[in-house]
Amino acid sequence: MATIVEAPPIAPSPPAPRGGIWGWLTSVDHKKIGIMYGISAFIFFVLGGIEALVIRWQLAVPDGTLVNEEVYNQLFTMHGTTMVFLFVMPVSAAFGNYFVPIMIGARDVAFPRLNALSFWIFISGGIFISSSFFLGGFPDGAWVGYSPLSTQSEVIRMDFWAIGLLILGVASLLGAVNFITTIFTMRAPGMTLFRMPVFVWMQLVVAFLLAFSLPLVTVGLFQVILDRNFGTLFYDAATGGDPILWQHLFWLFGHPEVYILILPAMGIVSEVLPTFSRKPLFGYQFVVFAGAAIGFLGFGVWAHHMFTSGLGPVAETAFGLMTMTIAVPTGIKIFNWVGTMWGGNISFTTPMLFSIGFVAMFTIGGLSGVTHSIVPADTQQHDSYYVVAHFHYVLFGGAVFGIFAGVYYWFGKVFGRMLDETIGKWHFWLMFVGFNLTFAPMHLLGLNGMPRRIATYGDGLGWNYWNFMATIGSFIIALSILVFLINAVRSYRRGVEAGADPWDGRTLEWTTSSPPADFNFAEVPVVEAIDDFWYKKYGEDEDHLPVRLDSNPLDPSALAPDADHHVHLPSPSYYPIMLALGIVTLAYGFLWIPAGFLVMAIGLGIMLLAIFGWALEDIDHPMGDRDHEGGGNDGGDGDEEPAGVGSEGSE
Amino acid sequence: MAAEVAHTTTAGLDIRKTAMWAFLASELMFFGALISTFLLYRGRTNGGPDAHELFDIPFTSISSFVLLMSSLTMVLAHNAWERNDQRQLRLWLLSTAGLGMVFLGGQFFEFSTFVHEGLKLDTSPFGSSFYMLTGFHGAHVAVGVLMLSAMVIVSYRVGLTKSRGMNVELVALYWHFVDIIWIVIFTVVYLLQV
Repeated sequence: MATIVEAPPIAPSPPAPRGGIWGWLTSVDHKKIGIMYGISAFIFFVLGGIEALVIRWQLAVPDGTLVNEEVYNQLFTMHGTTMVFLFVMPVSAAFGNYFVPIMIGARDVAFPRLNALSFWIFISGGIFISSSFFLGGFPDGAWVGYSPLSTQSEVIRMDFWAIGLLILGVASLLGAVNFITTIFTMRAPGMTLFRMPVFVWMQLVVAFLLAFSLPLVTVGLFQVILDRNFGTLFYDAATGGDPILWQHLFWLFGHPEVYILILPAMGIVSEVLPTFSRKPLFGYQFVVFAGAAIGFLGFGVWAHHMFTSGLGPVAETAFGLMTMTIAVPTGIKIFNWVGTMWGGNISFTTPMLFSIGFVAMFTIGGLSGVTHSIVPADTQQHDSYYVVAHFHYVLFGGAVFGIFAGVYYWFGKVFGRMLDETIGKWHFWLMFVGFNLTFAPMHLLGLNGMPRRIATYGDGLGWNYWNFMATIGSFIIALSILVFLINAVRSYRRGVEAGADPWDGRTLEWTTSSPPADFNFAEVPVVEAIDDFWYKKYGEDEDHLPVRLDSNPLDPSALAPDADHHVHLPSPSYYPIMLALGIVTLAYGFLWIPAGFLVMAIGLGIMLLAIFGWALEDIDHPMGDRDHEGGGNDGGDGDEEPAGVGSEGSE
Repeated sequence: MAAEVAHTTTAGLDIRKTAMWAFLASELMFFGALISTFLLYRGRTNGGPDAHELFDIPFTSISSFVLLMSSLTMVLAHNAWERNDQRQLRLWLLSTAGLGMVFLGGQFFEFSTFVHEGLKLDTSPFGSSFYMLTGFHGAHVAVGVLMLSAMVIVSYRVGLTKSRGMNVELVALYWHFVDIIWIVIFTVVYLLQV
């Protein structure tokens, strides 16, 4: 064996691990980053929800006067942008960050510092877009930013939107690269791809969707920014530019994006349903392959958002057929979830209720989606409230219900105390009733001709009754969120202690303590089956019914939480947050060129310092060579910079 | 030894190389969208000069050849790194960066000639998409040159040994990728348009 010689120190040592606010700001622990993602996403959820409530208040009665058209445009633009990019995506990243490494038996993600960078870029991008409120008004060209609305308005609002989405795109791309690498390389011994929990599979599909679709909208966003600021002619129809190109680039990203939003929720539901049915997931392989198929087909259906833009009959037929095809893998999943519950020993806990709600509501949304694949029907429905009803059934009835299922399922694991079940059921039923009261009538409104994105409507069009009902429903949803927040605060302080395995779970996260130790596992688990933890707890009798074995398969950290397990972890780092700060400074400077050149220079300086510091950081200090610890965690270098010195000594 | 073992994981994959491949796959879509935009706008000259009038194929062929040769020197650098020959490694890294800079110089010359002949960023959709595509490629080459230069400095300071020099392989992957993209751009944007 060669002698290991320490590399000469050429950069300041990273900060020692510490608690308090500083500990959070410099943390590279995937669990802390996951919690930060989750909390900031919920703050944006409340902001986006307030925007929705103003919209509904305005539309409650004909000729509403609460806001004018200009403000209304800003409200629905920011409602969509916030909910898609600043709530559902980051909250999925929150679950992914916290649970993917634990569920595959790893001690962290592949690139912990890169992971922290993703989060800090996300939060600075979110603040950047939202800060437009104080700097001239929210963006007002709708979340799809169609040209010429995005390119020809003189005020900087849509610059905020385009640059903000670019920043958020960087965060998501880095996250996707990190997750692909983590899932391919960091699995515990025996955790083959087809023993991974479905949630991990769905996160993997999402990571690929992000990696392949984000660059397309990135090109489009750059074109918008260039058109607005440098006089290029990409979307200027008068000189031969083609605004339809933006629609293609946007929806080539935008439709995979829909699956980016829904697949993590499908993954959560695929974990919750087996746990509370006390049965394995019905047709595991089918659910996995259906998820992958949705990912593939998702790239081939984008133009069904553009059936009214004049694509021609051949393209419309092809995209219509593809859109019908994508209902097949989705249907497979729904049958598998029902099959999982069939004959199961079901307990109707709050996460189970939200999961069943997900399956039911998503089915309705999926069916109205199939009606969009029929081109003549879609031409009638286009830009009407029928479309609004459809995508709220899949994104609220689907994604949001799935997210809350995950919150109730895993809250105890993350915070050590369970959410209250009684309040939780109040939350569910209020949300279920409020949701349906808000969005079901929109089907009727849309079919009766009410267009979306209008600030008011006249009396006597037959839309008054259901609009008023929808507004009442939206305030019931708001009440349910209030109930949830009360539940969260209350339970965090004095909820029932969770213990390691409160739900009699099936996957690896339930073998660790609640909350898990910094290092997740004191002993890297060895996996032998799908739902490994379950089969270490239960055997079968002759009727194939589960029989509790006399075993205790918990991780040592859960059995003896105070013992010193000697696991080395990556050190915290200043540089991710510093780099994100540099990027957002650069972006603010860009908006006020030429005066902003100075700000841009400062931003660039901060970025350079951070990149060099990052590359030269002695990441092993002072924790030593965690590389020698078990197979799970190799941690460490998240840098693509060439000078990743200081990882190990030379021979 | 320890580091080599540590970088190979349960799946037998190197974590940094896996990440680099994922990133490059994403980059491929990025350039795909840029090239598609160019193909859509290639004939929309808005009264300005078109590809026929502008492109100087012999000149661009030479600068393309220079860029392709930099892939060869990158391979030689990688080879020297495998033999742990720091002098040769630095030589070939510097040659690669130098050839990259020659290419960038050629691109600068080409851009200024085109501007002089009347094709600006805001002349036509053709001009906008041409400059955006080749400009983004040039930016990628420039980033590569920066990475190569940084590696030369590191080689002087502490030596790029095999156990920590995973980065040579990463930069090589990136550099070859940027070269391959140029082959596509040269074919589709230059050769097929004149």
